[in-house]
Amino acid sequence: MRPETPLLEVSGLRVYRGGVKVLEIPRLTLQDREVKALIGPNGAGKSTLLLALARLLPVTGRVLFHGRETENGTAALAYRRRSAMVFQEPLLFDTTVFHNVATGLKLRGMKGRDIRRRVGETLERFGISHLADRHARALSGGEAQRVSLARAFAVQPEIIFLDEPFSSLDPPTREGLTADLGRILAETGTAAVMATHDRIEALRLADTLLVMRQGNIVQEGPPQEVMNRPADAFVASFVGMETVISGEVEAVEEGTVTIATAGGYRLEAVGNRRLGERVMCCVRPEHVTLSPAPPASASARNRLGGRVRRIEPLGFVHRVAVDAGFPISAYVTTPALQELSLKEGSFVWVSFKASAVLVFPVETTPALR
Amino acid sequence: MDMILDGILKALCLLVTLDAEVRDITLLSLAVSSSATLVSLVVGVTVATAVALTEFPGKRLLISLINTGMGLPPVVVGLFVSIMLWRNGPFGFLGILYTPLAMVIAQALIATPIVTGVSLAALQHLPKDLRLQILALGATRRQMVWILMKEARLPLLAAAMAGFGGVISEVGASIMVGGNIKGYTRVLTTATVMETGRGNFEVAIALSVILLLVAFAVNACLTWIQQRRRPR
Repeated sequence: MRPETPLLEVSGLRVYRGGVKVLEIPRLTLQDREVKALIGPNGAGKSTLLLALARLLPVTGRVLFHGRETENGTAALAYRRRSAMVFQEPLLFDTTVFHNVATGLKLRGMKGRDIRRRVGETLERFGISHLADRHARALSGGEAQRVSLARAFAVQPEIIFLDEPFSSLDPPTREGLTADLGRILAETGTAAVMATHDRIEALRLADTLLVMRQGNIVQEGPPQEVMNRPADAFVASFVGMETVISGEVEAVEEGTVTIATAGGYRLEAVGNRRLGERVMCCVRPEHVTLSPAPPASASARNRLGGRVRRIEPLGFVHRVAVDAGFPISAYVTTPALQELSLKEGSFVWVSFKASAVLVFPVETTPALR
Repeated sequence: MDMILDGILKALCLLVTLDAEVRDITLLSLAVSSSATLVSLVVGVTVATAVALTEFPGKRLLISLINTGMGLPPVVVGLFVSIMLWRNGPFGFLGILYTPLAMVIAQALIATPIVTGVSLAALQHLPKDLRLQILALGATRRQMVWILMKEARLPLLAAAMAGFGGVISEVGASIMVGGNIKGYTRVLTTATVMETGRGNFEVAIALSVILLLVAFAVNACLTWIQQRRRPR
């Protein structure tokens, strides 16, 4: 394999259903170890794209794996045996957890002792060794989805396709699974394409964000870029006009952390994070205040000067995009906008409370960022 | 009242002493109906799998035809098989009318739609993404079908029981294509019909009790399988 060959390379991919084109992907590549998140509304074609990439659907176009065709029968089977997929439902088999996780290995003709060792390792990695002899029907939703993930990872796939794997789980369970999935993807170096509804999940896990609409990709790029510079109004409305800044935890005090951002700025945030941890900071535009002079209020711990880049009317409020060394957005009401006499290019003070900064860890290896 | 009581006593007597004729009739019943069920399982499960796993125009029509076939009247099947196997019929040259083989053929025709219908429902009841999940785990098509059948094993077993229950208790076709020949094609149901006609109620009751016991055993197995459901 030449190093410049992408792991997966798709061109002219189309899927028809009942004579109607439901998916059209002119070009898409997935690099080794890359994690891509697919976001978009229901019916945007996220699941269809995953099934098409996993070669579980009849498609037209080319899907190259390590630069080789995956089209005909044996090549398709060989490809399916080097990839794996997890669905929204765990879809476990009517047997024990052990035998569920062993299924993919048995299909590949692996024998007794090797199976036991590999299943043991995989269960350990997902923290479910104690469930090995439990029947699949006797598991909780979170446990079942863990088993489903373990079953997929047991075959040591090079690519894993994940179709909203956590969307039917409750928030604490989802939180735990997201963290574990991020760790395991990084440990195993498995490339992944994951459909999700949860933007935070996408930000935590993904190197690349891919926004879909009506069977097309409307934007693809690093999460920060997509969130901060949505390609069009649809993407903007879908990803939310959040400010997303990456950085590293520089100082930890009681209950607050200081984050050094990429551009050399410092943000204060409420939360418990480790020193040196790589994080993503989100600030919702409704939490950002604009003022002509540095704000007097001591509670606004984050103050930055910047220039107005763009003002967009959104009905009752305007979205004001400011360049404060990094892009940041604020919602401003029409009277306030007049009072501030804001225009594109004018200087303004941006402030927000430490509690307005949402900090979450970045799970993947920073190699691709 | 005495007649019934006598009948039951006689029946018990026949059962306990293991009357040779009754024993042979019972064994033939079991042999013919088991063979027919086996044939219907091979055909029925294969057809059900093919129908469940492929999309084609007219699929719904075919499914309703199969479901209609589940209520196929045995006498109609008996008539059809008789015509086919008649001396100058299309398969008359085989010379198998009025043999146990003809009965197996007729009963298999009755059981096949039952087995197909129940199996099809079982396979269609599996989650629709399960097939894709199995393929995604690296299964060949054959491995995928095998896993699907394992997943549907309890309802498939129920299909077998339903098929067997349908043919062991059937009389019309057996009498038409078997002829109720003593010591050759006489089975529990045809013998019961004959003995009742002759007024030999004791023997008829004995045969009925055995038939009921067989039916009970089949149903007990079915119920046991259904009740064995694990926690969900």
